[in-house]
Order: sequence, then structure tokens, then C-alpha cells
Amino acid sequence: MKTVISHSQVKSDFVEKVAEISGENFFNCYQCGNCSAGCPSVDEMDLLPSQVVRYLQLGLEDEVKNCKSMWVCAACMMCHARCPKGVDISKIMESLRVLKLREVNAEAHIDITDFSDDYLKRAPQIAMISGYRKFLPL
Amino acid sequence: MEKKLGVFICWCGSNIASSVDVDKAAAEAAKLDGVVHAENYMYMCSDPGQQLVKDTITEKGLDGVVVACCSPRMHENTFRKAAGSVGLNSYLLEIANIREQCSWVHQNNKPLATAKAVSIIEGTLDKVKENLPLETITIDLTKRVCVVGGGIAGIMSALDLANAGYDVVIIEREPAIGGHMSQISQTFPYFHNVPELLKKKIDEVNAHPRIKVYVNSEVDVLDGYVGNFNVTIKTRPAFVDSAKCTACGKCLEVCPVKVDDEFNRGLSQRGAIFRYNQLETAKIPVLEQGDCLHFADSDSEDGGKCTACVDACPEDAIDLGTIRSLNEEFVGAIVMATGYDLYSPTNMPEYGAGKIPDVIDALAFERLLDPKGPTKGQVLRPSDGAVPKKVVFIQCVGSRDPERHKAYCSRACCMYTAKQARLYRQQVEEGTAYISYMDIRSDSKDFEEFVQKGMEEENLVYIRGRVAKVIEGDGCLQVFTSDTLSGRQVVIEADLVVLAMAMEPKAGIRELAKKMNVTIDGDAFLSETHIKLYPVESSTKGVYLAGCGQSPKDITDTVSQALATAGKIQTMFSNETLIADPLIAEVKDDVCSGCGICIEICPYGARLMNEFTRISDVNQAVCQGCGACIAACPNKACELINSTSRQFLRTIGDFASRSEAV
Ligand SMILES: Cc1cc2nc3c(=O)[nH]c(=O)nc-3n(C[C@H](O)[C@H](O)[C@H](O)COP(=O)(O)OP(=O)(O)OC[C@H]3O[C@@H](n4cnc5c(N)ncnc54)[C@H](O)[C@@H]3O)c2cc1C
Ligand code: SF4
Ligand code: SF4
Ligand code: SF4
Ligand code: SF4
Repeated sequence: MKTVISHSQVKSDFVEKVAEISGENFFNCYQCGNCSAGCPSVDEMDLLPSQVVRYLQLGLEDEVKNCKSMWVCAACMMCHARCPKGVDISKIMESLRVLKLREVNAEAHIDITDFSDDYLKRAPQIAMISGYRKFLPL
Repeated sequence: MEKKLGVFICWCGSNIASSVDVDKAAAEAAKLDGVVHAENYMYMCSDPGQQLVKDTITEKGLDGVVVACCSPRMHENTFRKAAGSVGLNSYLLEIANIREQCSWVHQNNKPLATAKAVSIIEGTLDKVKENLPLETITIDLTKRVCVVGGGIAGIMSALDLANAGYDVVIIEREPAIGGHMSQISQTFPYFHNVPELLKKKIDEVNAHPRIKVYVNSEVDVLDGYVGNFNVTIKTRPAFVDSAKCTACGKCLEVCPVKVDDEFNRGLSQRGAIFRYNQLETAKIPVLEQGDCLHFADSDSEDGGKCTACVDACPEDAIDLGTIRSLNEEFVGAIVMATGYDLYSPTNMPEYGAGKIPDVIDALAFERLLDPKGPTKGQVLRPSDGAVPKKVVFIQCVGSRDPERHKAYCSRACCMYTAKQARLYRQQVEEGTAYISYMDIRSDSKDFEEFVQKGMEEENLVYIRGRVAKVIEGDGCLQVFTSDTLSGRQVVIEADLVVLAMAMEPKAGIRELAKKMNVTIDGDAFLSETHIKLYPVESSTKGVYLAGCGQSPKDITDTVSQALATAGKIQTMFSNETLIADPLIAEVKDDVCSGCGICIEICPYGARLMNEFTRISDVNQAVCQGCGACIAACPNKACELINSTSRQFLRTIGDFASRSEAV
């Protein structure tokens, strides 16, 4: 699979928005992989935390938007504690979740009683928490 | 008598001429008071340009010249030399900077730029009118050298200088010279036997009639200045008389003390009296006062009583009553070759360093590889002495981590890790060596080939990712890392983990730098004057830098730098005296009240109170003409020669009157 990388992608609105909401500069990351080495949630992730940052550096919007990793992230901040460059991936993951939810629309706001006990047991906690988030204008 | 002044305006191609109207400027300059000649030329610094200046000086009998051109840093010397060559005192020529300070910054306004250029020329002319003809200052030169630090940097610098015919003293803090190189087994990229190489050099030092080595010693006080330093050396007692000692080793057997041997990175123990290292050159035992029971508190149980080694010595070579001594050495130049320490592994609790015995630093691994080391060259793990079958080498530990540790790259570790892993694989055929890395920096001659060979022929397994943690698992260590290339989180089982710790400047460097009046950078490495053009010169004239004290590097680069310092010093010593610029501070004896404020303010230590006259003198050899004392003196007793307050005020006055005009 060939991927074309363009200026408009690297500087896309999406990427800038993630940077703005998270307050993180992706380009601080030198891809050492320490975050991925220590992350407790990697088993269920499709992209390693460091790969999420890498994809953002390259502006690979679709891959990042549709990754499972952001929903699996436990927001434990282990990645931030270990990062030699001070990048806070948990904030990046959070801003990805926020953006995704904003995209879906207000209906995505959840009411816990709408879900069966069985579903609640299986659903990723972080997704439930995100569902309670306030909505902000895009 | 009024001086006959000449003005030479350079176009600098179009650099000046495109924004300054050089014809108009020359015409305006010609009208100024005292000017008998003004002209412009395309490249004044070219040979014909300089000839023009020279010819005009001779023809018109000029006794003051202003060249309006680029910054004086570029060509002041060029034009002063030219003027000097036709008999005009060089200090009667001044540069008016109309490029950096005028044409380059006013590119869109030719009339204004031209007016500003004329006012800069006028101000400079007024300065020249009061300039005095000066002669350069000559300074005595002691052609001896002091080398601080006897690692490979200090050794190579000292040998080169001694072979060139100069006396050298080496001051080494430890009981023996050699530095970290004496802990290393073999070296990249050719597996040279390091102890053999080093012994040859140490033997040369010891046999050299021009080199004197002070071991157990440090600089106590440094006085003086370039060409004339006075170094006071403080020497801790050796206790063992090397003239009597036959190196029989009886004392070593009887000493009741057992402490970790630092040289072997704690992999073995030693007594309070011990052999400092395994080299042939360090056979005579040394006694560490801090560990010796004889010197323990006299009210403690052991205090003052133990004399086991003294009693055991058949040659009567040990004298516990020896005291510390002070010596003075007069030298003209100093080499700072203080080297490095490894950043302590205890800074990495997540890697278990200090707690897990089988997590060791890279110098400890070097000791395991040394045939004369604690394991006779066998790679055995510290916990149980077994041969480790799986070894994980972790690179960049403490390096390249601006968030918590050191931001810089330690430069030698990529290569020595490859070397250590290859040596391990050559010794333990069934073993596996994993190397955790972020980048492989193998950027010198034959380095890349060395690393590639390790991968291809010795199957070193490089895993790209920074290790998160090392924990004790079931019967082995577990190294948690990632492989960013395959996008996986990885756990590696290991019997031994080796940390390539960051290099950091030697302990005590801050105090030493203050003593030597040299600057250090944010990481406490010694600062060079200019990273490109003056890479071995420190901030103080006559003090040079070599080796890892300046920045982390391998032996190749250390030696190159050491030889560069030797070359620099030989250049300096090729003259009989030193020459200094006379543009320095002077004191009006009748105005100075002897308050001493200038002495405190001078950053170079050039001001000294004269004990007899109670007037603050200027040491002409040391003063750099910075002007700090002139500004600080409450009595206006100091002036900078040829940049007096009067001259400055006149120049400023010129600017002020012209700026009203434009
Ligand atoms: C594990 C490891 C393996 C390595 N392997 C290799 C290799 O295979 N090949 C290679 O090229 N490089 C290797 N290196 C790098 C090598 O060790 C250095 O490049 C070299 O030793 C630097 O020499 P130096 O003289 O600058 O410093 P040092 O060896 O540190 O010497 C400095 C000397 O100055 C003395 N000193 C310090 N402060 C004072 C003071 N205030 N007063 C008096 N004396 C003082 C010290 O006691 C010491 O003797 C390795 C480094 C490590 C950590
Ligand atoms: S730990 Fe930090 S620098 Fe390293 S890959 Fe993760 S985000 Fe990037
Ligand atoms: S915050 Fe998320 S990405 Fe970071 S270590 Fe924890 S689970 Fe992994
Ligand atoms: S030399 Fe290699 S191992 Fe050492 S800090 Fe630099 S990149 Fe890391
Ligand atoms: S001009 Fe500067 S260097 Fe010279 S004596 Fe004054 S303060 Fe010291």
C-alpha cells in the first residue's frame, strides 16, 4: 500500500485541532517507543501509542480517527510519565475521543440506563466516560 | 597640530553601495574638519584597494585614517597592517562600520542610509583625531605546560609537548594515570587490546625526562595569566614509599577492611590498602585514607590502632605519618583534560539499577571482559557467577532524555555497545545479545562496517525502542520495551542487563572551573571559545581543552583533540614573548582613591591593588579592554586607551547633531 504524504495533510485542520485541544506538539516526539513499551493497554490497541503520534506527525487522518487505541487507552498517563520528551499522549488520546464525539453529533450523548448490564460489562470504560463529556462547538 | 585625515569608503560590491550613495558620502566626508582626502572604491579590502590606502597615506602624508566598510571584526587587522606597512602607526586607523550597522539595516532608504553613513564616518574621524599612536605590549612567556587530568587526553597532550622539547607537569587526582581507558578491555572498531596500548603510553610518560607526574593531586590555587601561570598543587599522601616497596603484596593480605572496588565498579572488593588498577604500571599499593581504620575516629573502637599493613611490610615502606604536601609549578599554558564520569545508574530506578545485581553499567561490563579483571575476562553475571545466555544491552540510558536526565547524546555508547555485544557473542557462542536502541550513531571511519558485521555475522539482535522498565521475573529478568519497527510491545527475558549510561563531566568540575577561570556550559562541560574555529581554546587565554571534559567522545576524537591542544601550545611557544593589544584600561594615579571597586568588577582579574601606592593597577597582560572598570569607577579614574570617555562623548555628539539634520 502506497501512502502519499502532502503538505495539506501534514498541516490539515484535523491535525491542528488535535494539537490545539491537547496542547501537545507532536513534533516533540522522536519516536523512541518508550510510551508503547510501558502502556498497560497495548494488548487491545491496533496502533501503539507512539504510532498514534507518528500518524499524527504524518497527518494520516483516517487511520487516526478510526483507531481502536483511543478507546482502549486507560488515561493512566504512564506514557507521559515515561516520555523523555514530555509528550502527554493521554491528552492526545483524549482530544481524539473528543473530536470523534463532536463529529458524531449531540445524539451521541449517552444515558447509562439505555444500556443493558451485559453491554456495560463489555463496553470500554473510557468510551462510556467520553460519552458523558460536554459538547463544544466544532 | 591638527591631523591630516583620510577617508576611504568601500562599496563592498553592492552590499554597501546599493543603499548608501558612496559618491555623495565621499563628497560629504571631504568637507569634514581635518579631512584632506576622501574617496570610494569597489572592494577596499582587495589588493588594489589596500594599495590605494597605502599610496594615499604616503602621498598625502596622512596621520589619521578612517576606512568606512564592514565590521571591524572582519578587516580591522587587514587595514591596520596595511597602514603599518607604510609607516603610519596602526592605531591611528579606525574602521567606520557602515555595512552591518548601516547599509544592511536600511536597505529601502538611500538618502537616510547615506546620511547615517556620513555621521558614522564623522564620529569615527573625531575618535581618530584623539587616538594616540601605540605599541603592542610584550608579555613574558614561560615555556612549560601544566596538564590537569591524566586520562588518555592528558597523556597524549603531555607526550606531544614533551617530545617537542617543553617541560610538562601532569596533575592527576587518582593514584595512577590512565583514566577510564584503563578500565576498558578492547576498543572499536578493530578490537585493539586497550591495556597494551595504554601501557605503552604510560611507560613513555613515566620514562620521559621532561614529564613530571603528580598523582593523588589536584589544583589548589591558580594565579597569573597566559604565559605566566602559577599553579599550586595539593598532593594527598601516598603512605607507601615507592622507592622501598617491592610490590610483594603482603600488606594487601593483612588489611582487615573490605570495601567495593570502584575501579571494578563494585564487582570486587578491596582493602584500604590496594592496587589501584590491574595495569603493570600500578603495582605499588596505594592506601585510601578514608577507608583506613588507622585514620578512623580515635574515640571509635578501631581508631588509631590498626597498623596491620605497616607490621606486615618486610621493607618498612609504609609510613602512616606522611602528610599532605603543596607544590608550586610555573607554566605558560594549561590543558584541561579532566574527562568524564558515568551518570550514576541509581538515577534509573525503573531499570532496577542498584537493586537488581544483574543490572550493571557498561563500565562494569568492560571489567568483566578484562582478562585481569574480577572474573579473569569471563562474562559471568554478578548474582550467581553463571554465564548469562541472554544479555540485553540498553543504549541511551540517561542520554537524549531532556525531560528527566541529559538532553545530549553521549556519542561513544552506540559504538562501545556494539563492541561489547560482539565480544560477548565471541565468548559465549550459544548466547544471544539484544540491543535496545533508538538510533545507531556510527559515523566515523569503519564504524558502520563494525556495527553491520555484528548484525550479520554475530547475530546481534537490534530492537528499536526505548526500554520502559526492567523487573525481576521468574528466574530471569524481564525487559519491557517496544519494537517501533514492527509496531509491537515486546518483553525480553534476560540473564544480564547492561546499561550504556550517559557520560557526564567529572565530579568537582564546577569548583575546578571557577579556580581555573574557565566557563562551563549548562551541562557543566567545559566551554570552547568557538565550536568551529576555536574548538580547543577555553574562555581564558592560555587554557586549552581536550577530551571528555569538553564533551562526550571516544578515544579517537579525544586523542585528536589532545594533539590539537599540543599543536596550539607549540604555536604559542614558537615565539619568545607574547604580544597583546595595547587597547586596555589605564588609571590616572592622581584621581584613583584606591576604593577597589574595579578589582571586584573586572571579570578577568586584571586589576590589583598596589600595596605601596594604594592605587589600583592594571595588569596589561590580562586586561581585555572590556571597559567594565571604566563604567564602575566612581571617581572616573580609569579610561580605555584610545576609547576614552571624551572620545565617546564626541562621537555621540556627532550622531546627535546629525540626527537632527535628518
Ligand atoms: C563503557 C565504556 C566503554 C568505552 N569503550 C571505548 C572504546 O572501545 N573505544 C573508544 O574509543 N572509546 C571508548 N570509550 C570512551 C573512552 O572511555 C573515552 O573516550 C576516553 O577514556 C576519554 O578520555 P579522557 O582522557 O578525556 O577522560 P578520562 O579517561 O575520564 O580521564 C580523565 C582523567 O582526569 C582525572 N581528573 C579528573 N578531574 C581531575 C581534577 N580535578 N584534578 C586532577 N585530575 C582530574 C581523572 O582522574 C582521569 O584520570 C568507552 C567509554 C565507556 C563508558
Ligand atoms: S515516549 Fe514520547 S518521544 Fe517516545 S515515542 Fe512516545 S511520545 Fe514519542
Ligand atoms: S494513557 Fe493511554 S496510551 Fe498512555 S500509557 Fe496509559 S493507556 Fe497507554
Ligand atoms: S551514542 Fe548512541 S547510545 Fe549513546 S546516547 Fe548517542 S545515540 Fe544513544
Ligand atoms: S577593561 Fe575590563 S579587563 Fe581591563 S581592567 Fe577593566 S574590567 Fe578588567
